[in-house]
Amino acid sequence: MQEKDKIRRKVLIGLTSAVGLSGLPFAATPFIAAWNPSAKAKAAGAPVKIDVSKMQYGQQIQVAWRKQPVFVVRHTDESLASLEKSVSKLADPNSETITEPYKGLNPTRSRSSEYSIMSGVCTHLGCSPKYYPEVEPKPWDESWNGGFFCPCHGSMFDMVGRVYKGVPAPTNLIVPPHMFDGSILTIGEDKEI
Amino acid sequence: MTQIAGKLFTWLNARLPIVNTFERHLSKHPVPSKVNFWYLFGALASVVLIIQIVSGIWLIMPYSNTEEQAFSSVEYIMRDVDYGWVIRYIHTTGASLFFAVIYLHMFRGLLYGSYQKPKELVWVFGCTIYLAMMAEGFLGYVLPYGQMSYWGAQVIISLFGAIPYIGESLELWVRGDYYISGITISRFFALHVVALPLVLIALVFLHLVALHEVGAGNPEGVDIEAHLDDDGVPLDSVPFFPYKVLNALVGIGVFMTVFSVIMFFFPEGGGYFIEMANFQEANPLVTPEHIAPVWYYAPFYTMLRAVPDPLGGLIVMGSAVAIFFVVPWLDRSKVASIRYKGLYSKIALTMFGVSFITLGYLGTVGVTEIRKTMSVICTIIYFAYFLLMPIYTKYETTKVVPQRL
Repeated sequence: MQEKDKIRRKVLIGLTSAVGLSGLPFAATPFIAAWNPSAKAKAAGAPVKIDVSKMQYGQQIQVAWRKQPVFVVRHTDESLASLEKSVSKLADPNSETITEPYKGLNPTRSRSSEYSIMSGVCTHLGCSPKYYPEVEPKPWDESWNGGFFCPCHGSMFDMVGRVYKGVPAPTNLIVPPHMFDGSILTIGEDKEI
Repeated sequence: MTQIAGKLFTWLNARLPIVNTFERHLSKHPVPSKVNFWYLFGALASVVLIIQIVSGIWLIMPYSNTEEQAFSSVEYIMRDVDYGWVIRYIHTTGASLFFAVIYLHMFRGLLYGSYQKPKELVWVFGCTIYLAMMAEGFLGYVLPYGQMSYWGAQVIISLFGAIPYIGESLELWVRGDYYISGITISRFFALHVVALPLVLIALVFLHLVALHEVGAGNPEGVDIEAHLDDDGVPLDSVPFFPYKVLNALVGIGVFMTVFSVIMFFFPEGGGYFIEMANFQEANPLVTPEHIAPVWYYAPFYTMLRAVPDPLGGLIVMGSAVAIFFVVPWLDRSKVASIRYKGLYSKIALTMFGVSFITLGYLGTVGVTEIRKTMSVICTIIYFAYFLLMPIYTKYETTKVVPQRL
């Protein structure tokens, strides 16, 4: 075979392979896309509504949205007033490292001045922190000011879900989009954002 | 009759290399004449693999891979299916012992330099098998959809979320839902029973073919290929059958005794083989007080926890497994076996073993300040064993390896 033919053959092999390989992403698409949440799963993940007027002051409830716990806390005036006390222990008191929908609106980090709404999933590795509102010494903190403690890896958050310094969780608890219609709270949707 | 059978066999053998393949891989291939019990674990691993495949097939039959029924179908297997409890406990005991055997098999490799030239590929295939086994074990643990299945999977899948930019959508893609739902378990089921077993079997095949190409090692680190008889067979070797097969049968007998004792008397292994929380159905709203992995992942879980940042933890944990792959190129020693290596290697391997076991213990208990410090120290020792290997294996005085075994 002549040198010229060898080059031609190489070019042809290259072109054929390139065309063949360009089909690969198309062929792979259905297999990859089939792993996305299905229409049914998406529908089941729709927003949830709850009446929060029956909650007592200082009470915390868990609402399941997308089967994940969402914490709703109705704060007492004292606990809101004492938020300032633990600011020096917090890693990011003003939620500067995360995108938060209602930043700076209320000390509760939510749309309401009375309720906090936050995801009950620890930002470290997805466990569910537990609510310890008592202001008293705890095994994990001598001067506990009330808040959330994660039993898995010991992350601490204050009453409105802001993370402490020096714990495994990197950021504050996430505030999901929500809106109030009177005392009806909708979690998972906010028509204004 | 025998004549017909003989003719049929000749006909077959002319078309399929039956005799050749059998002799090469199962009967005539030469193995070193002097090895010790450390060399049994490879055979034991293949025995457990077969046990897992057979018991697994029988578990698929009554198991239901839906969110509503996964947990109750496992209870159904345990209570209503005749001997269902035996089959499930065979599978769970097999899973733990598979890892026990593989850890000992890998330690043998480090002890006697079983990764050294020309056995690098055997080692690399072995490491890939270990990686596939870790995935296989994790996926299988999720299937009963108990509390620990759910929350263990939650922790592991969140690791994907630690990857910058694509993390969150990757997590959603892996789950196929906003939480670990029936959708997630049914895809894990497909991977656990079809995809990964195929990969594992293919890898075991490659591991063995590569091993039979270069020949098995021995605890002395003697190159038996250096002294051959007139037929080109190493002088210090014996044929696999009957010498090694009968040897292995004794080992298999002891192993099956241990297996049966665990299976019949301690199937939960004190909460280390099947964790107590997994006797409760998965509840996405309640985290168990204490999330611990099964014992065989515990050392790596401790390393994950030792690093405060999730991405850093993921990188450390990934590197801890990945570093095994490059061991053949980290060891610069002239000798293979620990018997002829110097003091540094002996100290290093001992410290590595101790730190690995300590990491394992720390992964199964809760976090305190002192344990956190210990896990950081052990993680450093773990990595130092590998990263300093090029130095201490090169600059230590080794003993002279004899010519013959």
